Amino acid sequence: MTTVLAATGVFSEQALTALVAGAILAGVPLMFAALGELVSQRAGVLNIGLEGMMLMGAYVGFVAAYHGGSEWLGFGAGLLAGAGVSLLMVLFCVRWGLDQIVTGIAITLTCEGATALIFEAEFAESRPTLGATDKVAIPGLADLPVVGGKGESNGSIFTQPLVVYLGLALAVLVAWILRRTHMGLNVRAAGDAPGSLDAAGVSVFATRSWAVLFAGALAGLGGAFLAIVGAGLFQDTIVGGRGFIAIVLAMLARSRPLWAVVGAMLFGASLSIADWAQVAQINISTDFVFMLPFLLVLFVLVVFGRRAYLPAALALPYERGTR
Amino acid sequence: MTETTAAAGLREPPRPGEMTGGQAQLGRVGDFFLRSILPLVLALGTGAIILAAIGVDPIQYYKDVYSGGVQFAAWQDSLMRVAPLLLIAVGLIVVFRAGIWNLGIDGQFLLAAAVISGIGSRFEEHLPNAINLLLLFLIAGVVGAAWTIVPALLKARYELNEIITTLMMTFIGINLAQILVKGPFQDPTTTTPQTRAFDFTALLPSIPGTESASRRWPGVHVGVLVAAAAAFVVWFLMSRTSLGLRLQVLGASMRSARHMGLDVPRLIIVAFLLSGFFVGLAAATEILGVKGYQRADWNPAFGLWVVPLVFLARLHAIGVIPYVVLLSLASIGGDYAAQNAGLTPQFTLLLVGLTLLFMALTEWIARRAAGGSYLPGASYRRHRAEGAG
Amino acid sequence: MTTGTTTPATDGSEHPAVELVGIVKEFPGVLANDRISLTVRRGEVHCLLGENGAGKSTLMNILSGMVRPDAGQVKLDGRVVEIDSPKHAIGLGIGMVYQHTSLVPQLTVLENLMLGEAEGIRLNAAHAGERLRELGSSLGLDVDPKATTGMLALGQQQQLEIIKALWRGSKVLILDEPTSMLTPKGVAELEQIVARLKGQGLAVVFITHKLHEAISMGDRVAILSQGRLVGAIEPAELRSATHDELQERIIALMFGGQAAQATGVAELTDGVEPHLPRRALAAEPALELDSVTVEPGPGEIGAHDVSLQVLKSEIMGIAGVDGNGQRELAEAIAGQRGIADGDVRLFGHSIARLKVAQREKLGLRYVTDDRIHEGTVGSLSVAMNIVLKQIGRSPFWGRGRIRYEAILSKARELIGRFDIRTPGPETRVAALSGGNIQKVVLARELSFDPKVVVYSKPTYGLDVRTTRSVRRTIREQAREGVTSIVISTDLEELLDLCDRVAVLSRGRITGVVENGPSAQQRVGELMVGGKST
Repeated sequence: MTTVLAATGVFSEQALTALVAGAILAGVPLMFAALGELVSQRAGVLNIGLEGMMLMGAYVGFVAAYHGGSEWLGFGAGLLAGAGVSLLMVLFCVRWGLDQIVTGIAITLTCEGATALIFEAEFAESRPTLGATDKVAIPGLADLPVVGGKGESNGSIFTQPLVVYLGLALAVLVAWILRRTHMGLNVRAAGDAPGSLDAAGVSVFATRSWAVLFAGALAGLGGAFLAIVGAGLFQDTIVGGRGFIAIVLAMLARSRPLWAVVGAMLFGASLSIADWAQVAQINISTDFVFMLPFLLVLFVLVVFGRRAYLPAALALPYERGTR
Repeated sequence: MTETTAAAGLREPPRPGEMTGGQAQLGRVGDFFLRSILPLVLALGTGAIILAAIGVDPIQYYKDVYSGGVQFAAWQDSLMRVAPLLLIAVGLIVVFRAGIWNLGIDGQFLLAAAVISGIGSRFEEHLPNAINLLLLFLIAGVVGAAWTIVPALLKARYELNEIITTLMMTFIGINLAQILVKGPFQDPTTTTPQTRAFDFTALLPSIPGTESASRRWPGVHVGVLVAAAAAFVVWFLMSRTSLGLRLQVLGASMRSARHMGLDVPRLIIVAFLLSGFFVGLAAATEILGVKGYQRADWNPAFGLWVVPLVFLARLHAIGVIPYVVLLSLASIGGDYAAQNAGLTPQFTLLLVGLTLLFMALTEWIARRAAGGSYLPGASYRRHRAEGAG
Repeated sequence: MTTGTTTPATDGSEHPAVELVGIVKEFPGVLANDRISLTVRRGEVHCLLGENGAGKSTLMNILSGMVRPDAGQVKLDGRVVEIDSPKHAIGLGIGMVYQHTSLVPQLTVLENLMLGEAEGIRLNAAHAGERLRELGSSLGLDVDPKATTGMLALGQQQQLEIIKALWRGSKVLILDEPTSMLTPKGVAELEQIVARLKGQGLAVVFITHKLHEAISMGDRVAILSQGRLVGAIEPAELRSATHDELQERIIALMFGGQAAQATGVAELTDGVEPHLPRRALAAEPALELDSVTVEPGPGEIGAHDVSLQVLKSEIMGIAGVDGNGQRELAEAIAGQRGIADGDVRLFGHSIARLKVAQREKLGLRYVTDDRIHEGTVGSLSVAMNIVLKQIGRSPFWGRGRIRYEAILSKARELIGRFDIRTPGPETRVAALSGGNIQKVVLARELSFDPKVVVYSKPTYGLDVRTTRSVRRTIREQAREGVTSIVISTDLEELLDLCDRVAVLSRGRITGVVENGPSAQQRVGELMVGGKST
């Protein structure tokens, strides 16, 4: 068995580089979305509309990058679009205490319909694509084999677009905020015991609203990354369930942002197995590869699901005086 | 919240099992309008604004939807679409009433479709037609039900959130269906990834009197009657039997159900299996009544379309029928209208999403005015609250 | 005008700390506060006394910003203020200790205290730790700053609540039923803390429904009944009159002088005589627990090696502070959760392996304390709730189908017998009052041939009249030969009802006491002695 694999180049430098690069490329959008969802869940809002927010971010980000000619414009626009969609969640679920699941499904459906409709109306003929994004090669480290990635089309760990590094820094920042700041403490209390937070004189509405907006913004950014860096184009199936995977990642990360990053990269790796297999010249069905991450999530849920941490007041609307 | 409002044909004095409060201030008509009609109106209105914004005449568009869904022979197509949508709807009603979110409809649907279109065309020669069809319906139901077993067991045993597990299962199911169609069930006579087509005569017969000379298909297939029968069965089950009441108690509160001595894990599994079974039947009506074969990339994604409908109909199996008819019409006519306007048929999806959004909104208004809620979310909320307390 | 303190507070104003003027608050269907005026002074403990539902908590929630009044004025130090949020109240120096904990159980002690502070971005744990030591020593308390709050004993949690209420320099401290969760030892500690605070010049509002507490703790007592202020006892009178005189006077105020209508007295007064004459019980055991061990769920204590023998037609009480394994034990008896070890026997036969429905059929009943979310299904009718444990059985079901006529006629019969106030058998249970919901639960559990009934906090949260009727029902059942187990945190209730009282502490039975003159003291000793503090 090993000899066969070695012969086909499974562990060749090329194949491994493709795997690592693919893991990051596919993992970064998941990471952004999962980070946002983690904060939102921590504050007690189960954001099932994440998929729709990613999709809206992907579309708006793509259009902005395409017309504006700058990927940063695209990332910014995607971020705002995601946050914009999450305003619906803020209004419906935080402000009015409506059912978070119904609202989330509605948001996802609406965004699927809206992006497809507008994209078709605007780009039905042209089907534009974007060029490759500039990458930053970290001096020295970028020359390492496999993880360096200098000169590779998709780079590797040390040759990535700046936004990837910023994303990793953000994960560290979120971890710090949750553990060490008043804001983070408020977020944790909003998810575990909103009544207590209110009694302590902090607005539950405001805390949850910001958390949901943050989730929407990051989901939008993740979607924009998917369209601008990942695919270089937009299509209505581009998100394809990644929003839902991010929700599970956030649950399994048990409110530790760095775990969400690791999880996102692992799932990214499973999504990128197709590229790896191609380089390694192995013939496996792409349908099977696309199925893998979901199988993996299910497997992880079956094995670790009982330990998934959910805040006590998750998905419960807060109303003063009804504790 | 009650079964009575949406079921125009079923007016009768409220029975002990039903909720009767909550309409005092609004009145029955007001409540019905607010919760079951207004969301549709608002969604259509918003849709019109969006259409106008992208330069499409909304009035013309909606006219096209109507003519594309009803006029000429289109009403037959619309009527046939009722079959899968209604079967999915009643399947959802069973689980939602039990307070369970089965959001894995599409996986269950496609997998059941793939299995029967894959194996059905192989033994159609060996069996009499009626038995063959019956068998395929049964197999489709069983496959649909089987695809709910994992989420059902995980919820029953570990109380694992079924929203996540059913969604994961649906993605796996969709991919698995594609693998099956491209692999073992591939039609050897073509390079297109699809199953072998059924023999024309092996498909569902049509209802006498619905034939049309201008069409390839002989008429509206009997699957529509199967769906109608299923709606009646589920209505009877939920409102007249002990199993229905048990499921409703479970839906109201898992802790109550335990306290009342109900076998909660078993009920969870039963609810899941029943819903999966009906979804499987839905797939059978579409394959055996309309399609005749399955292409690998075929995914009508009916599942989430139906969710708003069952809520608008207050989880009432008969009351949902008018909504299903309306959606069928909109989806058949929507394809035609979109083509005319140079748009994607996804506009219908947008309308469905907006309906759900506005429904949440009117539900909020109604709850403020009258109290009570029929959303399974309410029970979900309570489970969580119990867990926390 | 103040008692026993020397501080007319440092700000030297002559205005009282808090003045409430003509406060009105109406909730749907309930006039919770009807033109209440009240003055709270510095260095004084002002007791608000009244039954459950008299409007005490609503009044104080108005002060703490949780509820906004419909009419009336709130004055602090003579200035009119509109308190629109808890944040505002805290800013004004009003600290409240809620009846149900307002701590976040998942956070540490220090994190809970820092919650809501607005200075800077970073949490300043060093500074907070310093302040905790400072406040702790001034109150004579010692709490581990790094402990997870949910793991603390209830008494400690409450001390932490008081620290939290004082954290941001409160001038007014409101304690809402602070003794309801405490052991006698905890109550004594609380009294010391309150005395210190009073000495430091704080204005303390002490909400209680226990008359003796009001008399012993208060410098001034205001008596609330059905949303109205019905009387007040001034400091001079409190000091000069004897306990019995005060008790008589307060009862007269509460019940408008109608001594005959003193139905609520039992709940309010102390030291109730056992109402049951000592009965000769048959030696036949009805329910036996044999070394029962129940695994604890998250946040629970579980039950450990519990052995108990309840005789036929006996009323056995189980006393203990909430959260000491009562629910775990009750659910294990009812079959709602499995036991890890030991055996449960009903009339000599093991039922440990039987399911809930099977035990129900044998005559074992469980009246849960969570009557809203567990004991009933609010969306179903009264009639349906009454037969909910009979699903599928004749005569209410035949061949899997519901027989509405049979259900309705049974429901009508039981509505009459248990005096359930409902518009009809088809009304949703959610539309009924708490007391009537409890009667629906009792109607179900005490019909269809009950033999052994487990009551969990049967009168918790009920008004005086319903409380009496529930207790009467329990006694009647016992007289008819039904065996009862009454789990309650209210010792007076147990002494009122039971033949014997077992004490549950940290999931273990620490002793069983025959009811009698010295029972109260012995149960109290067992409750304290069983604690490992």
